[in-house]
Amino acid sequence: MDFHRPETLKDAPTHYCPGCGHGIVHRLVAEVIDELGIRQRTIGTAPVGCAVLLYDYFNCDIIECAHGRPPAVATGIKRMLPDRILFTYQGDGDLAAIGTAETIHAANRGENITVIFVNNAIYGMTGGQMAPTTMIGQWSTTTPDGRGQYAEGGPIKVCEMLSALDGVCYLERVSVSSPKDVMNARKAIKKAFENQIAEKGFSLVEVLSMCPTDWKLPPEKAMDFVNEKMKKVFPLGVYKDRSGGRHE
Amino acid sequence: MAKIKFYAERCKGCGLCVLVCPHGNIRMSTELNETGHPYAVLVDPARCTHCALCGRMCPDMAIEIDDPKTSKKDKSGKPRE
Repeated sequence: MDFHRPETLKDAPTHYCPGCGHGIVHRLVAEVIDELGIRQRTIGTAPVGCAVLLYDYFNCDIIECAHGRPPAVATGIKRMLPDRILFTYQGDGDLAAIGTAETIHAANRGENITVIFVNNAIYGMTGGQMAPTTMIGQWSTTTPDGRGQYAEGGPIKVCEMLSALDGVCYLERVSVSSPKDVMNARKAIKKAFENQIAEKGFSLVEVLSMCPTDWKLPPEKAMDFVNEKMKKVFPLGVYKDRSGGRHE
Repeated sequence: MAKIKFYAERCKGCGLCVLVCPHGNIRMSTELNETGHPYAVLVDPARCTHCALCGRMCPDMAIEIDDPKTSKKDKSGKPRE
């Protein structure tokens, strides 16, 4: 089959570590933007974290936001320019730690934006500290004995948490740890963009991704870590769907 | 005839393509590329079925496949209707 770099992705080498899932998620988002033919009117809002250099890689408008604020920035742009397609691309530290308030309130207002949430259960850019999504017992530089329920509390499950809000249209948790999961992730991301085009409201796709460097694992073991450990704590699936049927 | 291309200079040597190739037809090189990583190479071009699983898993877009049968562009590079 024919397989090429999507037009929305610039022909530039990325700064991500070998085996990092960000490159795969970038490509999936770019493929969906190409397929829907919305590149000229798409605006992305970038997080602080590993994906901070999004503007170097995406061939569409990208705005770099203050830490945790992409949903707030996207809200402003979408309300002023409702014909544009807005997506935010955020990691777990950005979306679920410093940006919790922005995320929850943008979801609760039912802003017509698409959120791509990359969950790798650790702070990647700063060197492997505990993130809100770090799992119980998981090693990080700030939890050298593993995260404990008593001292640090359990991981925040974003899809489960947001599913209680009335304003949310679509929530799905996917993964990029096998070819099958990558194809499912692409479908979910496409649907999240289609929901926005059809003005159905807030859509969030949580992508479980690998961080071999900060998990201190080789890339193949990092894939196993997602498949065997992360998927148990963060089960894949659709958590909310008010969009009315799966549109292909 | 479809043709698979590996861009050695873009490869970071993570080996995800080696893991997912259903025919075990990809291996890592023993030499290093200019960024200091081993890179993915095709073992036997004749055994490649151009399924693109390696490309789908590649985080660095280091693998591309030209397939005139399923291409959305014609020979001159213009999009097909």
